[in-house]
Amino acid sequence: MKELIAIVMAAVLVNNYVLAQFLGICPFLGVSKKLDQAAGMSVAVIFVMLLATAVTYPIQYFVLNPNGLGYLQTIVFILVIAALVQLVEIILKKYIPALHASLGVYLPLITTNCAVLGVCISNVDNYLTATGGFGGGFVQAMFNSLGSGLGFLLAMVLFSGVRSRVDKCKCPECFKGMPITLISAAIVSVSFMGFAGIVENLLG
Amino acid sequence: MKNNKLNILTNGIIKENPILVLILGTCPFLAVTTQASNAIGMGAAVTFVLLCSNVMISLLRKVISDKVRIPCYIVVIASFVTLVQMIVKAYFKSLDDALGLYLPLIVVNCIILGRAEMFANKNGALDSALDAIGMGVGYTLAMLAMASIREIFGAGTWFGIALPVLSENNISIMTMAPGGFAIFGILIAIINKASNGKAIKKKDFSCEGCPSAAACNGQNCAEKREAAAK
Repeated sequence: MKELIAIVMAAVLVNNYVLAQFLGICPFLGVSKKLDQAAGMSVAVIFVMLLATAVTYPIQYFVLNPNGLGYLQTIVFILVIAALVQLVEIILKKYIPALHASLGVYLPLITTNCAVLGVCISNVDNYLTATGGFGGGFVQAMFNSLGSGLGFLLAMVLFSGVRSRVDKCKCPECFKGMPITLISAAIVSVSFMGFAGIVENLLG
Repeated sequence: MKNNKLNILTNGIIKENPILVLILGTCPFLAVTTQASNAIGMGAAVTFVLLCSNVMISLLRKVISDKVRIPCYIVVIASFVTLVQMIVKAYFKSLDDALGLYLPLIVVNCIILGRAEMFANKNGALDSALDAIGMGVGYTLAMLAMASIREIFGAGTWFGIALPVLSENNISIMTMAPGGFAIFGILIAIINKASNGKAIKKKDFSCEGCPSAAACNGQNCAEKREAAAK
């Protein structure tokens, strides 16, 4: 249990996908203008990350690895994620229209979100071991996805707050728009560097 | 006619530089630019994938039906990315270690899908190849510029060669995540200033630059719906 909490905390605070590993920068800069959009996008990302891991990890373990098809990883994963996102959208539209109205907007954008493919590949790289069996690695991978998604949510929500303030401030003409956004992202990123070592110290 | 071809080639290097003007493909741009040699490696890999996929998609543009074009593009791009992964793993071990996760992630790099959608499916193979080379070179040069700044000031080295004075007084935060964001912001600001704001038409993200807009036809784009509501 302690181990799983450590995985989630490390993914949220120390190895934050957006601010420390530079994955999913496009939505981070593009959709973080308003708090509700940022939260909606992040919830959709958490959902897709969990689902994608739940599907791609068994594929790697039961299909690709035993048949020596490891090199097909990239192509299989991206197709699975793209198909999965489409499927989720269709199911939500048909059966849960309320959820589709709030999340559906963000789902097509997620297909080309590198954070989702990134989390699937790094889960397979880090937690799938030849000797460890399926169960243990799979649970760790799922918790890592959850942590990564929560980290994305945290970064998006915090940054949308920062951005709403920055947009109201005066800054030199040439810094308007993207440059000042990037520089405020740098400052938010500095604050996350302060979490280095927190997991080791708290959970030993 | 010859002039036209030259325009296509130089377009990606200066006027529509994928990174500094179009602001596409930012994730690997920020992540791997800690060392100049990594930037060259990543730039070469992206250029290769871009060239192959642009030519392939351009040749297949009459075969692929419009409705299923995005999945087809993704398959083509993913195949070439797999090829690059194999080559890099086999011959450039240290580059493979340095790029790590970002090598397979070329497949979701906005530049490649974006050029397929914006250029290759409307133009012939030769033009698409020139466009890919221009965009690839522009991407590599932007990466090299950014990586040089970060490596020289952050680590005091350039291509691994230690520089006098700077290597004893390095600003190590520049090679870390915050430095990446800040220097990218400053680079864009300098280009804004140098061109009096003419170079950067797109100061923000919008549907035009987003390759996902092709997948969602802009209907799902939150900003567009908002604009329509107004």
